[in-house]
Parts: sequence; structure tokens; C-alpha cells
Amino acid sequence: MIVDPSADDRLDRAFTALADPVRRRIIARLSRGPATVNELADPFDISKQAVSKHIQVLEQAGLVTRTRDAQRRPVHLNAAQLEALTAWIDKYRLIHEQRFRSLDALLDALDSPDTPQDATQQHATQQDATQQDATATGVTPPEEQE
Amino acid sequence: MTTTKSFIITAPGGVPYIDFERDFDAPVAAVFRAHSEPGLIKQWLGPRGYEMDIERYDFTTGGGYRYIHRNGQGEEFAFNGVFHTVRQNEFAIQTFEFEGFPDVVSIESLRFEDLGNGRTRLHGHAVYPTLEARDAMVASNMEAGMTQGYERLDELVGAQ
Repeated sequence: MIVDPSADDRLDRAFTALADPVRRRIIARLSRGPATVNELADPFDISKQAVSKHIQVLEQAGLVTRTRDAQRRPVHLNAAQLEALTAWIDKYRLIHEQRFRSLDALLDALDSPDTPQDATQQHATQQDATQQDATATGVTPPEEQE
Repeated sequence: MTTTKSFIITAPGGVPYIDFERDFDAPVAAVFRAHSEPGLIKQWLGPRGYEMDIERYDFTTGGGYRYIHRNGQGEEFAFNGVFHTVRQNEFAIQTFEFEGFPDVVSIESLRFEDLGNGRTRLHGHAVYPTLEARDAMVASNMEAGMTQGYERLDELVGAQ
């Protein structure tokens, strides 16, 4: 894996940039297509200067780019950077949420007296051979201390 | 009965950490047990549509684990690590390696907090070698269950 030291800074700046609700709305607007600073400032009750500052922050984070188009200078979304930023954490959340919901179901089942716990227990014992060996040789696993 | 439980993830900017918090309607002993017995681990850790083959799972201080997720297309995703510290109903710290990404190892701690009234809060903290490693590991680790994950999530959301 290539480690690019500037990537840390870029990611950090991107997270900071997206921590602001106005900047998130600007990103949302740009996801529909490029826009000028005036067009971006329109829906907000803040000055054009303030919007320009927000765009600067987004630009430094690599989330948007500005093209030189005479006086217009439209702002474009850098979709690749945004995806790079959000993809991993969404996946992380999704897989863990799925896991924990399965764990919820299992905990419900463990709590219910109707559950055939023997089957579960038997399975656990089978898989747990390493631990059984440890016990047999006199090493006490932590769960048996107390 | 299914209730929506908040699942809080934080990934502070500029540092390769992930923290999470999740509550369970079960006592600490049950949540800990679900993490310590391979037969129970199998029932919740693996993604749907994958067979989870636990080669070794010794949830004790100095123990270790290796398991493989296999799907119907013959794809395999293997993971391994060691348990550095395991304290019953309280705390565990382990290493984690996806074998498709060898030598990039994260260190993950789990704290089991007793909330009283038979409820438990699980605190997780993972440290990766670099930010890139974190992003890449999370992405590749997830390959194993993504499609099924979405389907399952839709089902779960639909069921409520």
C-alpha cells in the first residue's frame, strides 16, 4: 500500500469541510450540476462573501474545483473525492449494524427459555477444543476465574 | 420485538481510529458470552449467504482466532488475530488481520458496560496503521458481505 502523507491532511480537511451545514447544502446543490457563486448564494440568507469563503474551504479540501470561465468561474463537484471520503464509513456502519442486529436476535433467543440451547452449547464445545486443551493442562481461562 | 437502537460511529479527522457505541437489551454476561463462544459467534458475526468456518476461536488472554467466510461462488475471505487481553464481562483487546490484505493489522478493543436493568453498552475502538489502511481494510473487509448486507438491511428496515 502506498502511503501518501498529504492524503491524511486532505481527508482531515474534507471531514472538517463537511462538518458545516451550509457547506453540505452547497455540495448537495453541486451534485445536480456546476453553479456560480451567485447561484450558490441564492438559497442562503448569508452574504456572497460568506458563501465564497465556504467554497474556498471546500476547494482546499478537494471537494470542489473552479474552472476559469471568464467572469463566471463555475464551481464543480469533485465527486471522486466525495466518494473516497464517504464510501468506507458507510460500509463500516452497514456491516456493523447488520452484525449487531443479528446479535440482538441471538441475545433475544438466549434469553428465551424455549430456545434449544443444547444445540448451541454442543456446537460451542466442539469449536472450543483449543480452550478445552488449555483447561486440561492446568491453564485457567479468564472466564473461570472469580 | 425489535427496537431501533442507536449505533454511534465516530471517525475523528486526521487520526486512523474508529470508535463506536451500541446498546443491547441484554445483560453484560449474555453480550460477553455471545462474543466468547464460537458456536454463538457463528450466529451473528458472519454475513448472510456466507458459511462461517471457525478454525480456531479461543477468547482468552493470549488466545487467538482464525475464521473463513465462504460463499456459494467459492470465494473465501479469511481473518485472523490474537486476543491480547480478555477480562470476563468487562474488556477485550485483539488484533485483526484480513488475509487478503496481509501484514496490515488493526488493534481493536471492546468494553462491555453494564447499564443496569439488564442492558449493556458496547464500546469499540479500532486503531489502524494509517488512514489509508483504515479505509482500504474497511473496504476490503466489507467486500465479503456488502450485497447481502444491503439486502438484509432492506429486510430489517422493512420489518419495522
